[in-house]
Amino acid sequence: MAELDTSGGGGKKGGKIRTKKMSTRVDLTAMVDLAFLLITFFILTTTLSKPQAMDMFMPDKNDDNPEEQLDVKASRTMTVLLGSDNKIVWYMGVLGDNPPTVDNFGKNGIRSSFVDANKKVVAGTGDPKKGLMVIIKSSDKSNYKNFVDILDEIKISSVPSYGISNKIETAEINLMKSQGAYKE
Amino acid sequence: MPKVKIKRKSTVTDMTAMCDVAFLLLTYFILSATARQPEVLPVDIPSSTVTVKVPDKDVATLTIGEGKVFFGVVGQDVRINMLDRMAEQYSVTFTPAEKKRFSVIESFGVPMTSLKEYINMEANERMKVKQPGIPADSGANNELKQWILQSRYATKELHGKDLRFSIKGDSDEQYPTIRKIIDILQDQNINKFSLITSLEAEK
Repeated sequence: MAELDTSGGGGKKGGKIRTKKMSTRVDLTAMVDLAFLLITFFILTTTLSKPQAMDMFMPDKNDDNPEEQLDVKASRTMTVLLGSDNKIVWYMGVLGDNPPTVDNFGKNGIRSSFVDANKKVVAGTGDPKKGLMVIIKSSDKSNYKNFVDILDEIKISSVPSYGISNKIETAEINLMKSQGAYKE
Repeated sequence: MPKVKIKRKSTVTDMTAMCDVAFLLLTYFILSATARQPEVLPVDIPSSTVTVKVPDKDVATLTIGEGKVFFGVVGQDVRINMLDRMAEQYSVTFTPAEKKRFSVIESFGVPMTSLKEYINMEANERMKVKQPGIPADSGANNELKQWILQSRYATKELHGKDLRFSIKGDSDEQYPTIRKIIDILQDQNINKFSLITSLEAEK
């Protein structure tokens, strides 16, 4: 947006040499552009830099209220064991009844397993409210990222209920070892 | 008959006012944006698809990384009250000046015995010194447990609200360390807490 010089060149009579008057107007377009760019940047960084909080619930530790304990049919549960090297071993129901599966994180890994298992359980119970119950057991070899990832996958695949257990059994560790998902 | 000429208007607009407004807004945003405090324990937080933001107040953060735990509460009044209570517990006395200094420390990871020394350090000195983390081993010397307990009391007294806990863990942290901290929280019947994550684009 260049401004035209409308001062009309100095072809006046009189012969006096006049210093040409310069226009005092400055083109502010570029400056405004820059200012708005910076504003956008600051607005976005201040609102986006805040970290996200993932709420999580742990089961109550003390068994003071046995009536509050929820019994879930073994056929509805899926135990997820987090092993080393970002590997997951899961099995349905009681250990030994169903063959374990080794999975990895991601869209085609545990997420689709969750969705499939949930569909099967709902089909089995015939009640959409009685869906899959996932039990998460983190082994000593898993890291924090695995833990957050699995909670995230549960949220994404909208598994109706889950629980976190810290009581990992030796049999389960042996199972992970046999599947190559637990390295000393 | 002379033709009626339509006067051609200039396309140039006066940008001065717009420029003023833009810079005013810019100044406002720069000033209102809180300068991010340098973190004492840098952690690489895992990402998730959750989009709930961390609350602004009545929240305590447990930073876990390299096997160490750092503790921090939001709010200067809560920090001072918490320090008073801790001083009582461990029979240490802090001067008002030290309390004031403590109230601006975002997060710390030193045992009670060296806390006084740590408070009296200069801010840039604090960044350099290697902090051992708050002792959190089970037994009598579980200072983290005390900090958590006293900060809850302090928040309840000052704001009448329950303190929320958030865990900010390093991605590569081994699970046993996290479990230890969760256990300490659960011992006090805190079964609900937040895990701090960064935003991840949906895959």
